[in-house]
Amino acid sequence: MEWYLPLAWGWIIAAAVAMYVILDGFDLGIGILFPFAKDEHERDQMMNTVAPFWDGNETWLVLGGGGLWVAFPKAYAIVMPALYLPVIVMLLALIFRGVSFEFRWVAKPNKSVWNITFAGGSILAAFCQGLILGGLIQGVDVQQQPDVGPQFAGGAFDWATPFSVLCGVGVVLGYALLGATWLNMKTDAEVARRSRQQAPMLLAAVLVAMGLVSIWTPLAVDRIWDRWFSLPNLLILWPIPLVTVGVAYLVWRGLENGREIGPFFGSIVLFLLGFLGLAISTFPYLVPPHITFWDAAAAPASQIFAGIGVVIMFPIIIGYTVLVYWLFRGKVRAGEGYH
Amino acid sequence: MDFDPNLLARLQFAFTVSFHIVFPAFTIGISAYVATLLLIWARTGADRFHRLARFWTKIFAVSFAMGVVSGIVLSYQFGTNWSRYSEVVGNVVAPLIGYEVLTAFFLEATFLGIMLFGWDRVPAWLHVLSACIVALGTAISGFWILSANSWMQTPAGFEMRDGVAHPLDWVQIIFNPSFPYRFAHMMTAAYLTTAVVVLSVGCRYLLANRFGEDARTMVRMAIGMIAIVAPLQLFIGDQHGLNTLEHQPAKVAAMEGHWNSDEPVALSLFAIPNVAEERNDFDIALPNLSSVILTHSWDGRIKGLSDFPKDERPPVLPVFFAFRIMVAIGFALIATGLVGAWLWWRGTLWETRWYLKTSSYLWPLGFIAILAGWIVTEVGRQPWVAWGILRTADASSPVTTGSLVISLAMFVVVYCCVFSMGVYYINRLINRGPDPSIIAPPRQGAPNRPLSAAQDATRGAIAGGPEPAAG
Ligand code: HDD
Ligand code: HEM
Ligand code: HEM
Repeated sequence: MEWYLPLAWGWIIAAAVAMYVILDGFDLGIGILFPFAKDEHERDQMMNTVAPFWDGNETWLVLGGGGLWVAFPKAYAIVMPALYLPVIVMLLALIFRGVSFEFRWVAKPNKSVWNITFAGGSILAAFCQGLILGGLIQGVDVQQQPDVGPQFAGGAFDWATPFSVLCGVGVVLGYALLGATWLNMKTDAEVARRSRQQAPMLLAAVLVAMGLVSIWTPLAVDRIWDRWFSLPNLLILWPIPLVTVGVAYLVWRGLENGREIGPFFGSIVLFLLGFLGLAISTFPYLVPPHITFWDAAAAPASQIFAGIGVVIMFPIIIGYTVLVYWLFRGKVRAGEGYH
Repeated sequence: MDFDPNLLARLQFAFTVSFHIVFPAFTIGISAYVATLLLIWARTGADRFHRLARFWTKIFAVSFAMGVVSGIVLSYQFGTNWSRYSEVVGNVVAPLIGYEVLTAFFLEATFLGIMLFGWDRVPAWLHVLSACIVALGTAISGFWILSANSWMQTPAGFEMRDGVAHPLDWVQIIFNPSFPYRFAHMMTAAYLTTAVVVLSVGCRYLLANRFGEDARTMVRMAIGMIAIVAPLQLFIGDQHGLNTLEHQPAKVAAMEGHWNSDEPVALSLFAIPNVAEERNDFDIALPNLSSVILTHSWDGRIKGLSDFPKDERPPVLPVFFAFRIMVAIGFALIATGLVGAWLWWRGTLWETRWYLKTSSYLWPLGFIAILAGWIVTEVGRQPWVAWGILRTADASSPVTTGSLVISLAMFVVVYCCVFSMGVYYINRLINRGPDPSIIAPPRQGAPNRPLSAAQDATRGAIAGGPEPAAG
């Protein structure tokens, strides 16, 4: 029990983060692509494709952060202070992004401020999420303190490295790819046409970023090198990068052939594969390179109590989430809106 | 300058949470109001209820968005600013927040989509149902967060092992001693506050001779609500205070400005507590009255502040004044409700301009009372963050002063800009008023009807148009 519970919670949090990255990923992606829209009608059309969903999507972020606190309080208490500034800036950026949805409509006809906050908030939030990811992968300075156990012991800017900046750029590009393939699926006319042009370029850029991260991490961290380049791991794990390349090819073909649904879900798979790769690199550390899943686990009674809630509520949440996507299915055509 | 990092963290949390609570209080109230309007419309078919529901939904949408984004900040601040707190009480408090996310946040946020954008897209019954679910979600959210907060005030059902709280009994944790009172008091506060806003808006329209029928409906509904709920709040608040006396006597002593254990407690109407000399200056007090309220006996005694060690006393001034502000507003609202109900009963309500005029300015009162109430509660539990378990001074994160200063400054700037714009837009929506051109859809999908309206779902896929409403 004491061994399995933290692992089960590891999966739950991984699922929450993956859901967040995918769902809010395309929302944020639309914000990232906002500056390229030609006029207000196009921007309305883009925003309308996510207006009914964005709030539910963002809630996965609360579950990710909250879940970390529930299941691994020790990790939560080390990671949040360590990544203090990127976390706070991300939250502020999400404020700008979130209120823009409502303010933009009310502010008509003076929308321009809220176009800027929507785009800027989305880009900054995505970039900070990349910084957070990078900051985690490269490791956090933890020291044993008398009476209170391991605590964050680094400086305010430990996370600020070229590597985390690379991750930040990678996440912005990745979300933009999700956003473009989403628009390709959910819109028509000019917006869809432009997103079909943007998607292949973004795809290429994402692959470059993923490649750089994949080369950088094993070279910089011995532990990750051993994970990927020792036997028998070498044979078991290498299909992952190969499949990634294969999926990327399929996405590209799908876009060439004017497919709508395939490229979007292909991009999602691409994200999941990247996610899997990172998980393999860092396991069993929750806060590399010191704190494992087991070190950080909450009391078993707490993990069980909250776990029951997850087991009961997850299917229900997924159920009504699917319901809402189904109710608002179909394309948002130029000139139409829910408003 | 030398800042104390703990103080900065406290300032930041107090600032962000105070901004947050204003919006949830309002969204809890309006979501229930919109759901009520839609249910009445579904039963009666009277157009004005549909019009009002659409109107308040737009305001709701703006307020809800601000509630969400300010709330997400808070949930992360437990870790960024209070990492020791997160570790020490995480086993107990975090699962409660986890349940809030699982049972409330997803529910609200997802059905919000249908509520805001489903008017012409889903059958009427599903739309009404969504509005009810959103209202329910906000109440469930209040349930869990207030349970978490109450546990920090009156911890129960746990034991300390190696300096960390471990859960023993979840029922005792969730329904800890102060929770029923705090939940009842806060939810009532939210509904009351919203009723006051609805009253003010209705009165504004009446004074300007706009939206006659709609405005009168709002005023009637609001007065009915206030006349019932405001006196109820006095009763709940009184019970809450008795409960606090049992569990957090130092807080009650600060609320009453009561120093000396050997004296009966006077009801101090006004005073300036003098902390250095441990007495009240300029005291205007009714002798023995608080003894009667708190102990139900003429010269009952409670422990005075002077008998608590200095490092277990809360800051007296904010608690003392905030308590008076809240209670004064409570009585003012009782008067508003009763006078309104009386005028209504006499049939002179619409002609009594002084009442309409006064009421049109009352809208901030509920919000002020809520903030004051939370200041009593939260400052009154100092120096503890979790009563008897963890001191606030030991709860903060190993974050540099520089980071704290920068982030506090960013919060102040961003919140003041963004949320004042939000309030400005809400005001603009109110000035615009309900849209008389909106025609209610046919009700063939009213809640008790079968699924026959399902085809309607695809009807006229989303009526477009330049209508600027968020709803
Ligand atoms: C009694 C009510 C109440 C109180 C005391 C609080 N909240 Fe709140 N909160 C709500 C009632 C609420 C709500 C009604 O459920 C909100 C407001 C608007 C909204 O969209 O949901 C919300 C939103 C909201 C959200 C966003 C949910 C989403 O994504 O949909 C988070 C993460 C929090 N809150 C977290 C907190 C924390 C950490 C608090 C305390 C420190 C807190 N809230 C106090
Ligand atoms: C939403 C309404 C609330 C308001 C307006 C409010 C207000 C405040 C204020 C003014 C402080 C600073 C007190 C001081 O340092 O002197 C504070 C601190 C704090 N509150 Fe609340 N609070 C609210 C709800 C909550 C809830 C629901 C929780 C937790 C579940 C909570 C947790 C905390 C924590 C952890 C601190 C920091 C530690 C401390 O200073 O004691 N608060 N709050
Ligand atoms: C009419 C007389 C009232 C009385 C006697 C009263 C009593 C109290 C007491 C004793 C507390 C502190 C409880 C504690 O921290 O242990 C409290 C808190 C609070 N009050 Fe009141 N109250 C009254 C009116 C109001 C009104 C009108 C509102 C808002 C519209 C309000 C909103 C709050 C809130 C939000 C809190 C903090 C949360 C809580 O502890 O419940 N109160 N009240």
